[in-house]
Amino acid sequence: MAGTISTLTHVAGHSRRRSIEDPRWLRWLLIGGALSFVALFLIMPLAVVFTEALRKGWSAYLAAFQEPDARAAIKLTLLVAVIAVPLNMVFGLAAAWAITKFDFRGKTVLTSLIDLPFAVSPVIAGLVYVLLFGAQGWWGPWLMEHDIKIIFAVPGIVLATVFVTFPFVARELIPLMQSQGKNEELAALTLGASGWQTFRRVTLPNIKWGLFYGVILCNARAMGEFGAVSVVSGHVRGLTNTVPLHVEILYNEYNIQASFAVASLLTVLALLTLVLKAFVEWRHQKSVQKADAVETRQFASK
Amino acid sequence: MMRIKKRSVIPGFGLSVGFALTYLSVIILLPLAATFIKTADLSWTQFWSAVTSDRVLASYKVTFGASLAAALFNMPCGLMLAWVLVRYDFVGRRVVDALVDLPFALPTAVAGISLTSLYSTNGLFGKLLEPIGIKVAYTPIGIWVALTFIGLPFVVRTVQPVLQELEPEIEEASATLGASRLQTIRRVVLPGLMPSVLTGFTLAFARAIGEYGSVVFISGNMPMRTEITPLLIITKLEQYEYAEATALAVVMLVISFALLLFIQIVQGRLQRRLGT
Repeated sequence: MAGTISTLTHVAGHSRRRSIEDPRWLRWLLIGGALSFVALFLIMPLAVVFTEALRKGWSAYLAAFQEPDARAAIKLTLLVAVIAVPLNMVFGLAAAWAITKFDFRGKTVLTSLIDLPFAVSPVIAGLVYVLLFGAQGWWGPWLMEHDIKIIFAVPGIVLATVFVTFPFVARELIPLMQSQGKNEELAALTLGASGWQTFRRVTLPNIKWGLFYGVILCNARAMGEFGAVSVVSGHVRGLTNTVPLHVEILYNEYNIQASFAVASLLTVLALLTLVLKAFVEWRHQKSVQKADAVETRQFASK
Repeated sequence: MMRIKKRSVIPGFGLSVGFALTYLSVIILLPLAATFIKTADLSWTQFWSAVTSDRVLASYKVTFGASLAAALFNMPCGLMLAWVLVRYDFVGRRVVDALVDLPFALPTAVAGISLTSLYSTNGLFGKLLEPIGIKVAYTPIGIWVALTFIGLPFVVRTVQPVLQELEPEIEEASATLGASRLQTIRRVVLPGLMPSVLTGFTLAFARAIGEYGSVVFISGNMPMRTEITPLLIITKLEQYEYAEATALAVVMLVISFALLLFIQIVQGRLQRRLGT
């Protein structure tokens, strides 16, 4: 026994690894299973978008974007994202600032309410605005009298998009700012910085990657939202059709190739979002490692 | 409020809380409240018959059945995927890890048409499955496929961080005490992962019951057979049956909120257990 113990202490690192390592057959089984699952449910649907889009060659692919309706849809989607994303970004910053820098009653309730839109079906997100602003809605008659159109028009699409993309930025920022605490801000303020200076020069540099990531996610969802927008849009070609709705119309008209061509645009956007996410995570890990290294060095020099 | 403001050196309390609360109320809370109030247009019997007609009951069966089947299927698959991503090193691990979020990032309509193309009669998978008698597109199985895709990231992403934080010492102790590797996994590792698996399952289920975009293409939308509740809400709206549509929406909202509450309780319990 004594012999075994002494060898154990010698090769402690090695034996630790081996004792909690899975047997080879199990490893291969699990990797094989996981990869088949990913191939079947993720990679194949992704590949089909591009093969279907390019089925009739590049000229047919590009022709799908020459159509005036497609161009109008792209313009509308960009417009909606340009309005909805900054609104939710400002909200995300305000909510994260309030929740992470102050203590107040109802803070936990506010934090959970922010997640609410994720629990609501996109169809219902559209429906709530139809009930408020639609022809038979609460303010419908008043809006009609003043000739303001919200439902089946651009404002309704913006509202529905804001609803479904509401939590993204706040959700990224709150845990990040919570972990950073408020000491740096307090130091800046004590040294005489104004509130805005503190926010711009201390808080913002600290949270820029998290903010960036939240904005990317928010944007991807804003440009790709289908259910909520479908309820409030009215599907007027060239006027209230966003890119996802245009994909649907082309598909239902059996113009499959053009439908996938336009869909490939959204797919590239999704892939770009995933790449940026991986990049931001890598940056974050690096900055954590750097901070750790600085700390260890400081400890060592003491 | 004033007292708190004075106590804190950091400025902007009034501005940030004021803006956040106003924006939250205008965009989310008031419209949702209006939906609940709108059902008052109906008497109780009208409400009850609106949410329990044959067609509606059939849509619940399709929606909840397919959502449950998809979330249940995602439980072992998501656990396996999370395990492989955290514990093993293999070529393409980072790519697979990034791809897990695809269902979050890909617009649901794109997922819908792409899955339909794959599983329709002339599609790559449809061609293989139909000769052996399995019809996927335009059947409840198609809805299950779409909801499995949509729910895929949830279990993986809730289990992954827990698995990463799991201390190897516990597994070592189990191994030292003579447990085989499989015993250790089954009786030491898996019980510790169960709360996160359950949370992921519930999140996937909650997401699936409200899902619309990816399902409507592949489901075929036949009333009584492959019509999901969110689609039925839209159908009622298009027929100007606002009150009925709202009644259905309220039923869905209540169920979603109950699920959300359940997740919060599970997570609260978990945090308390880890805290003590």
